[in-house]
Amino acid sequence: MHGRYLRQNKQTMALTFPFSAIVAQDEMKLAILISAIDPSIGGVLVFGDRGTGKSTTVRALAALLPPMEAVVNCPYGCAPDKKAGLCKMCDGPDAKEAPKTRQVPVPVVDMPLGVTEDRVVGALDLERALTQGEKAFEPGLLARAHRGFLYIDEVNLLEDHLVDLLLDVAASGENVVEREGLSVRHPAKFVLIGSGNPEEGELRPQLLDRFGLSVEISTPEDLPTRIEVVRRRDAFEKDPEGFTQRFEKEDAELRKRITAGRELLPDVVVPDAALERAAQLCLALGTDGLRGELTLIRAARGLAAFEGDKEVTDEHLKRVAPPALRHRLRRNPLDDAGSSVRVGRAIEELFGA
Amino acid sequence: MTETMAPELTPWALASIAAGLFAVDPQGCGGVAVRAHAGPVRDRWLEQLRQLLPAKAPMRRLPLHIADGRLLGGLDLAATLKAGKPIAERGLLAECDGGVAVMAMAERLTSSTAGRVAAVMDAHEVVLERDGLGMRVPTRFGVVALDEGMSEEEQVPDVLMDRLAFHMDLIPIAVRDMDEPLWTSEDVTRARAILPEVEVSDKILEALCGTARALGIASLRVPFLALRAARAAAALDGRNQVAEEDAALAARLVLAPRATMLPPSEEEMPEEQEPPPPEEPPEEEQKPEDQEDQDPAELDKPLEDRVLEAAKASLPAGLLAQLQAGLGARSRSSAAGKAGALQQGNRRGRPIGTRRGELRAGARLNVIETLRAAAPWQPLRRAQALADGSSPKSLRVHVRRDDFRITRFKQRTETTTIFAVDASGSAALHRLAEAKGAVELLLADCYIRRDRVGLIAFRGVQADLLLPPTRSLVRAKRSLAGLPGGGGTPLASAIDAVRELAESVKRRGETPVAVFLTDGRANIARDGSQGRSKAMEDALAAAKELAAEQLKIILVDTSPRPQRSGQELAMAMQAQYLPLPHADAATLSSAVQTASS
Repeated sequence: MHGRYLRQNKQTMALTFPFSAIVAQDEMKLAILISAIDPSIGGVLVFGDRGTGKSTTVRALAALLPPMEAVVNCPYGCAPDKKAGLCKMCDGPDAKEAPKTRQVPVPVVDMPLGVTEDRVVGALDLERALTQGEKAFEPGLLARAHRGFLYIDEVNLLEDHLVDLLLDVAASGENVVEREGLSVRHPAKFVLIGSGNPEEGELRPQLLDRFGLSVEISTPEDLPTRIEVVRRRDAFEKDPEGFTQRFEKEDAELRKRITAGRELLPDVVVPDAALERAAQLCLALGTDGLRGELTLIRAARGLAAFEGDKEVTDEHLKRVAPPALRHRLRRNPLDDAGSSVRVGRAIEELFGA
Repeated sequence: MTETMAPELTPWALASIAAGLFAVDPQGCGGVAVRAHAGPVRDRWLEQLRQLLPAKAPMRRLPLHIADGRLLGGLDLAATLKAGKPIAERGLLAECDGGVAVMAMAERLTSSTAGRVAAVMDAHEVVLERDGLGMRVPTRFGVVALDEGMSEEEQVPDVLMDRLAFHMDLIPIAVRDMDEPLWTSEDVTRARAILPEVEVSDKILEALCGTARALGIASLRVPFLALRAARAAAALDGRNQVAEEDAALAARLVLAPRATMLPPSEEEMPEEQEPPPPEEPPEEEQKPEDQEDQDPAELDKPLEDRVLEAAKASLPAGLLAQLQAGLGARSRSSAAGKAGALQQGNRRGRPIGTRRGELRAGARLNVIETLRAAAPWQPLRRAQALADGSSPKSLRVHVRRDDFRITRFKQRTETTTIFAVDASGSAALHRLAEAKGAVELLLADCYIRRDRVGLIAFRGVQADLLLPPTRSLVRAKRSLAGLPGGGGTPLASAIDAVRELAESVKRRGETPVAVFLTDGRANIARDGSQGRSKAMEDALAAAKELAAEQLKIILVDTSPRPQRSGQELAMAMQAQYLPLPHADAATLSSAVQTASS
C-alpha cells in the first residue's frame, strides 16, 4: 500500500510546478517553510483570492522537502530513532532492535473534496476481505500523512463531520479506529495545511484556532509580476520537464537551507527580551489564550533557524507576528481595518517604525 | 479571421467563435459558461459545438444533483460481489476524458460539487478516496456550464466560473440571428494538430496581462486562459504564431465579460472613437514583420491599447453605463449566492450523501449504501455463521449494525435577514453608516449561528441589491464600502425588491426576515415618477403584497420625529414597528435580534 503511494508520488513529482519558480507570495512561502522546519507550530492556513497559486505552492512542497528516514515495510512510515509515537509494528514485542530503514519522500497528502470518512481514518482492506476472507486494516489518509503534511484545499467546504474528525486527530497525534470489528490505533502526526477563499464562507472558529500560522494572500498588483506569473505558468504547461530543470538548482539550495534549519533549531536561543516582546505584542492585540504567544515564539525560532541565526531577535518576531497572530484577534466588525492592519499597527507601536 | 476583428460582430457570431476556440482546446480553455434559457438558441449552440468536436470525443451531461459516487467514481457493487474483489466504477468526470462535461442548471450547483469539479480540472486527474478505494484516474476535459439564472443571486459558483475561459450570454440572441457555423470539424482537427507548436511573443503576453489588469480582473487565471484562447485562435487560422488579432479576439471573449472597471482613459471618451476602418486590419496582418522591426517600446503601448479597445468593444452595454456611472460592476465574483455549508440534519431536505450511523428515530436507512458496506464482509461472516452452526441458507446477506448507512440531508432552516435601507435624503449618510454597522454586527453574530444577511439600498428612482444573502464578512464589507446616499425615496420599489428576494430565499428553503430602515415617507412612485401621494399609495399597495408573504418583518422608523406614515406602512405590511430616531449600530442590531428571535 505504501509502495503504491510512492510510485504515484514520484509520478506527480515530475509534473509539479517547482517551488522556487513561484513568483511573489513571500509570506505564504515563508510560513510553509517555517512549518517544514518546525512541524510543532501547528499548520498553515492560506486564505485568499482565486488564482493566486495556493494549491500550486503546497503541491510544490512535496518535491522540495528533503527525504526522511523511515522503517522499511512500516505502513505508517515510522522514524527509526524515536521510541515515542511508533506504531504497533515498530514498537511491539516483535519489533527488531535496529530495523532496516530507507529514504522516502516526505508525504504531502492531498485530501480531495468528496473524500469519505473511511478513507480518512482507514477501514477494512476490501481486497483482502473479499478475496481471502481476512479481516485486515487498510490505513487511510491520516496514516499516509504521518510525519508529513495533510493538505485540504477549499477547507471551508469540508463537511462538518470530517472537520471534527481531523481536529480530534490533529490534537492527539494519534488515530484511533474502532469500527467494523477493527480496533486499531496508530500515530498520525502531521502538519495541516488548509487553503480556501473567504468569499465561500468563513471557517469554523475551532478549526481556525487550530492552525498555527495564517496567511492572507491576494493577487499581485504590479504588471511585471503578473506577466511573470502567467509567463512561467505558460512555460511550465508547454514543457514541464525543461521548466522543472531550470529551477532544480534553486530548489536544491532551498532544500539545503531546510535541512540546515532543522539541525540548528534545537540550538536557537530565545532570550528573555524576546519572550517579553512577544507577551507585550499579544497583550496589545488582545489575542485569546496562550496559544498565540506560544506560536509566535516558535515561529520566530523557526524563522531564525531558517535564516541561520542562533538567537531570536525583534526582527524575527516582527516578520512572523502577522501570520502567527492575525487569526487570533477578537473580531471587531466595526473596525474597518482588517486584522493584518491591526497587527501591523501594534508591531509599529511596540517596535517603532 | 479578419472579419472576426470587425467591431460589428453579432452576439451569435461571438458565441460561435467561442465554440470554435473551445473545440480546439477544451482542456486548455477550461470551458464555456453559457447564460441562456433552455430553447432553440442554446440547443443550436450546443449542436454546433458537438459538430466541431472530434466524433469520438465524449460529451456527457452531468445532472445537477449528481452524487459523489457517480461524479468521481466509487465501488461498483454488482461487479464487486460477482468478481469477489473490489471493482471500481469510473465516475462521470473520468468518462468525460478528452471531451466535454455539460453541466445543466449550473447556477444551482452547490459550491462543494463545483469545488470537486474544479479540483479535477486543476489536477487533470480524479483523486479518489472513497468506499475503501484509493486511486487516481487521469482525465482532461472542458466544461460547458449551462446557466439559466434569472436573478442576481442565482449564479454559477465562482470556483468554477474562474476556470472557464468564455462567459457567453445568449439571452439577447433571437432565433433569426443565428447563422451557420464558421468552421467545420476538419478545421478543428487541423487546428488541434498545429496547437502544440503555436508560439506567443512576450508582447502579446504583456498586452493580455495589461488589459486584464486595466479591466480590473484580479485573478491571474484569467490572462492565462486568454492566452490559451489566443493560441487556439491562431491555430484555427492555420498560423503557428499568435498575432494581434488573436489577442484582440481573446480579450473580447475572455477578458471583456469579466471587466469590473473601466480602464483609466487619458483622453476624453476613447471608447467612443471611430472604429478602425475595415481596411486597416488586413494591412496590419500583411506586415507583422515590419512592425516587429520597429522600436518595441514604442509599439508595446499601442498593442496593449488595441487589445484593450477590442475588449471594450465587447463590454455589455449595460455594464458600460454602470461602470461609467462609477457604480462599479456588479461583478459576478461578489454575488455568487449559494456559498457556504448549509446546516445538515438527517431527516428532511435534499439528500447529500450518507454516513455511518445508528438507526435512531427519524434517520433514514440508505439500503444500497448499507449493502455496499456489508458486501466485503460476506465471505468472512458466512464462514463465521457456518462455524456457529447456522445453516448456510439461513441468511442470504449478513448485515450487521456496523453496516448501517443513513442518508444525510441538507436541512435548510437557516434564517436570512434582509435589510432594506433608505439611502435617500439628507439624513441618509448618518443612517447609512449606522445601518452598515448594524449589518456587520449582525453578520459577526450570524457567523457563529451560520445565518445569512442581505442588503437592499434604495434611493433615487430604484432599489439595488447591494449585498446578496451572504455570511461572509469579507464580502459584506466590500459591498458596503462606498454605498452612496441622497435622492428620492422609491419606497414601493424597495418593498417589491424585498419581496422578490424573500421569495427566492424561501425557494431555497430558508426563512427570510425583513428589516426596513426608513422614515416611511415615499416620494417616488413605482414607475419612477415623483409625487408624494402617488408614491405613498404605491408603497402601501406594495406593503400589502409583502404582507401576503407572511414573513417576519420589522420596520425601524428612523425619522427624527416618528410620524404616522411609518406606522401606517408597518401596519400595511404587518410588520413590527420600532421607532428608533437615534438608533446607533449597536442598539439597532440588538433591537433586530430581539425582535426577530
